[in-house]
This record gives sequence, C-alpha cells and structure tokens, in this order.
Amino acid sequence: MKTELVAHHRPKAARRGTPWSRIRKGWQLYVMLALPVLFIVIFSYVPMYGAQIAFKDFVINKSIWGSEWVGLKHFNRFIHSYDFWRLLRNTISISMYSLLAGFPFPILLALSLNYVGKTWFKKSVQMITYAPYFISVVVMVGILFELLDPRKGIVNHAITALGFEPIQFLAKAEWFQSIYVWSGVWQLVGFSCIIYLAALASIDPALHEAAVIDGANKMRRIWHVDLPGIMPVAVILLIINMGHMLDVGYEKILLMQNSLNLSTSEVIDTYVYKVALNSPGMNYSYSTMIGLFKSVINLTLLIAVNGIARRLKQSSLW
Amino acid sequence: MDNRTIRELGGDRWFTITNYIILSLFLLSVLYPLLYVLSASFSSSHAIVSGKVWIYPVDFTLDGYKAVFNHRLIWSGFRNSLFYMAVGTAINVALTVLAAYPLSRKDLYGRNAVMFLFVFTTMFSGGLIPFYLLVRNMGMLDTVWAMLLPGALGVWNMVITRTYFQTSLPDELLEAAQLDGCSDFSFVARVAIPLSMPVLAVITLFYAVGHWNQYFNAFIFLKSENLYPLQIVLREILIQNNVNVGMLATVVDVQSAAEREGLSNLLKYSLIVVATLPLMIIYPFVQKHFVKGVMIGSLKG
Repeated sequence: MKTELVAHHRPKAARRGTPWSRIRKGWQLYVMLALPVLFIVIFSYVPMYGAQIAFKDFVINKSIWGSEWVGLKHFNRFIHSYDFWRLLRNTISISMYSLLAGFPFPILLALSLNYVGKTWFKKSVQMITYAPYFISVVVMVGILFELLDPRKGIVNHAITALGFEPIQFLAKAEWFQSIYVWSGVWQLVGFSCIIYLAALASIDPALHEAAVIDGANKMRRIWHVDLPGIMPVAVILLIINMGHMLDVGYEKILLMQNSLNLSTSEVIDTYVYKVALNSPGMNYSYSTMIGLFKSVINLTLLIAVNGIARRLKQSSLW
Repeated sequence: MDNRTIRELGGDRWFTITNYIILSLFLLSVLYPLLYVLSASFSSSHAIVSGKVWIYPVDFTLDGYKAVFNHRLIWSGFRNSLFYMAVGTAINVALTVLAAYPLSRKDLYGRNAVMFLFVFTTMFSGGLIPFYLLVRNMGMLDTVWAMLLPGALGVWNMVITRTYFQTSLPDELLEAAQLDGCSDFSFVARVAIPLSMPVLAVITLFYAVGHWNQYFNAFIFLKSENLYPLQIVLREILIQNNVNVGMLATVVDVQSAAEREGLSNLLKYSLIVVATLPLMIIYPFVQKHFVKGVMIGSLKG
C-alpha cells in the first residue's frame, strides 16, 4: 500500500539497456499510454494552467491570455472579506466532524465482521451495509427531506409519539452539520470498511496462532494483533483525508442548503460555485482565487502530515 | 491450566455475544431506513402522512409507481442516464486499462514520471472555474460530450488496476508470450484483460455508479431538458419539490389539494426506489469480486 500510492516504487529487475533501446523496444506501450496521458493533460493540467486567472481580471469575452494581471488583488479581497472566517470555520468544522465521526465505525465494523464464524451472517451484513454507498447524493438528500419532514417524516412521527415537539431539522442551522455528517457515516460505513477488511485479511495467521498459544483471548488479539495490523492503512487514509481537509461534499451541501441554515452550511466549495456560476456578477477570477487558495492549503496539509508520519516512522505516501 | 482455559473460553463467549449485538446494530441502523422507504413507496399517502407506516406497507397501493411511470421527464431522464452510463463507462474502462497496463510494466522507461503525472492530479487541481471554462472553450457546453469526456479517467481506479496487473500477471508469463512473438498489444488483449476480470468488474461497477449518480456536471454543463440525466429530474422533484401533479391527475384520480400533495409525497418515495433499484440489483453480482479486485489492487504490491 504505502509504496503503491505514489510513483516512488523502484523495481529491481528489468532495468536493462540504454533508455533509447528500451523506448524503442516498448513502443507499443507508449502508444497505449498516449490517449490516457492526453486526457489527463487536457482535463487536469490545462485547468491548472487556467487557474492563472486568479491573478488576473478575467472577462468572459476576452481570452485567458488577453486579461490584465492584477497580482494578489483577489486574494486580498478574499481574506479581508466578511465571508472569509465564516467559510473557513464551517469548512473545517464539517471536515473535522466527518473525520472524527467517520473514522471509528468502519474499523469497528471490520473488526466485528472479522470474528464472525457464520458465513451467511457475515455475507448479509456486508451486503446490506454496502448498499447505501450506491445511493446518489440527490436521492440521499431526497430521503433526508422525506424522513426529517416536520409533518410527514417518520423521525418527527417518532418524536411526537414520545411526547416531544416536532423538530424542523432542515430549517435549523444548528442541526445542519450533524445531519450532513451522520447521513454520510450511514452511507459510507460499509464501503469504507472494505479496505480494513482487506488489511485484516492480509495479517499473517501465524501471529494469531502465536497469540492463541500465549493464551490471548479475542479481545487481546484485537488489541495486540489486529489493531497494529490495520494501523498502516489507517494512517494512510488519515493522510489522504488531511489532504482533502478543505474539500467537503459540496454536491450534497448545495442540495441541503437553504436560506435558514446558510450560517453553518456555507463552505468554500459552495461559495466558489455561487460566486462564479450562480450570481449575476460572474466573478470568475475571484472565484478561481478562492478555489486556488483551497487547493494550495490542501496540498500543504498533505505534505505536512505526510512529513509528520514519516518522522514518526509510520506508513506514509512517499 | 484447565481453569485458565475455561475462564478464557467464557471471556470469548461474551466477546462473541457482544460482537453479534454490535453487528446487529449496524445491520438494523443501515437496513431500517431502506426498508422504511421501500414500504412507504407501497403505502397510501394518507398512511404515510399520519404516521401509520413503521415497518411494512399500510393500505397497499401502486399509485406512486403509476405516477412515476407516467412522468414524461422521468422516462427521458432514465433513458439519458442509461446512455451516459453505458457509453461513459466504456470510455472510462478503455482509458483506464490503456494507462494501467503500460504503467504496470517494470521495464517501461519513464514509468515513475508518468505515474507522478497521474497521481499529482489527486492532490492538486485547478479548481471548478478553470475546469468549467475549459469545457466551455472546447464547445462542449450543453452537449452529450460534457457528460462523457471530462474526468473520463479515475486515477484511483487506474492505480487499483495497475497494481492488480502487477501482482496477478507474473513476469514469466510475459517472457513466455514474448518468446512466442506476442506483441504488447496482443498481450493486453489476449492475456492481461482475460486474466483480470475481477478488477475490471469492480472498476466497471465504480465507473457505472459514478455515471448513474452524477448530477453536478449535468447541473452546470447542460441546459436542454432533453439531455437531462435522471439525477437532474430527481433534483427537480425531490429537492425543489417541483412535482407537476396536474399532469398526473389524469392517471390517478385526484381532486382535492390535499390529495395532490399526498400523491406528490408518495411519488417521491416510489421515485427514490425506482432511481436506486438498478444499482441495487447489479451490485450483489459484482460484490464477490470486491475482495479479489479491491483487496489485491489496493493493498499488495
């Protein structure tokens, strides 16, 4: 896992001959690569090049090159804007909340599944817990709207049946982040546990046998064998998650947003969309700057956390 | 000695009981909302609104489904989504294999550099607006191409496939094929692909799910109603609450405003079921490959 995630894998075998002879011998491989590389260059690297409009005053009828350089104007405007701290606070709090709530459950599920003797039970739990992963964001939010409806929804039927007042879940800013995060946990728990199951399956059975001979019960085997065994995977996932700290599921948030919960639901990504594509101003440069600000912070965090993990002799991306 | 063994067995029995309880809790908390939505879709709207539906359908009816299948936009959305899914997934899988195989070859000169080119895009991006402007400048706005080409190569899927090739195709196999005069092209077509069906099944499923569930690209790139995928139609109905019940009134007999509202409510539950069912039917067939495909692809190497 750790070496595979990034291209720093050094094969020992099959490094023979001069570069030119190797290229000529494997020319068909380069033909195969041409199309995918072309795609990634067009759809990922051209936008990176286009991100220079963050430092320009881009007008839609001029080209990217024809627009005037304005330096850090949009950056300064953003960090001094009224929205800046609110956006940052909401983005980080949703992100941290998701991370904390989303981390333990897949691990718990994987550990539990790992000790189930009855195959049919294990299979059905896996099958059913994966299922929500296949529900689209739109349908997911649709389900939330129906179930949490103050008059018609089952959640409020249950609340009123217990003698409490119905709650306007989606109209209350304080509920927004919890609904967003826990519906996400519900949707992803089964799917996220696959990778831990894989890690558990790759633990050397001899370790378990040795532990049993030493008289360890199952609880101790989890603690001394299983948890250390999935640690590298957990660390890698943590690093990747840190690298997406400022990316939150804007597709879902945009659907769940309304004017009443905006104070806790507006995040950087939704703001980027609104400033450029959903406002009369069409402020492309400003919006691009905000997006770029986000990407740079994400990359910095990724490098920093990866560095810390390396320092601590944990698994790391590179 | 004996004493200790017995005590530990006792401890493990509690462990097993707790374990089954934990798993049952997981099972129930995931299953119940799904079951409720399914039951509600077969219940009368009155039973849903007054809170009579808890587990199984109450006042069984198919009105919701009748309403769904008579909604013009839902049909065209379904058709469009199927098209985007089929063609889009084919492009995705082809590109993924074309990238993954050469990068799995240890003798490829410049392998690390090309790999970095791909993986870097998962860590840094130009952002939404430059991406939007690119699609716009390429003249793909409001065309089917906007739904098929951008993001046609998933880097993670490519990495999984590449690792699978690396671990499941031994070097000896390639050497033997090369001795027989097999070119790289025919090795991919005749050996690598047939031997990698589990991982191909898994990435096909991932890509297909991605296309079926995709709404944001359609949302920003498409304007014409006749190109809308199902998810956009769902957004209109489920999120914007834009149900044209008047149009449905001819199918199911509704007169009062309350009945109309009830029907639109019922329609939503049925619609959720209809929109999700195709994937729920397909994925159990691919699930058995998850282990082989994802586990080998993501962990070893």
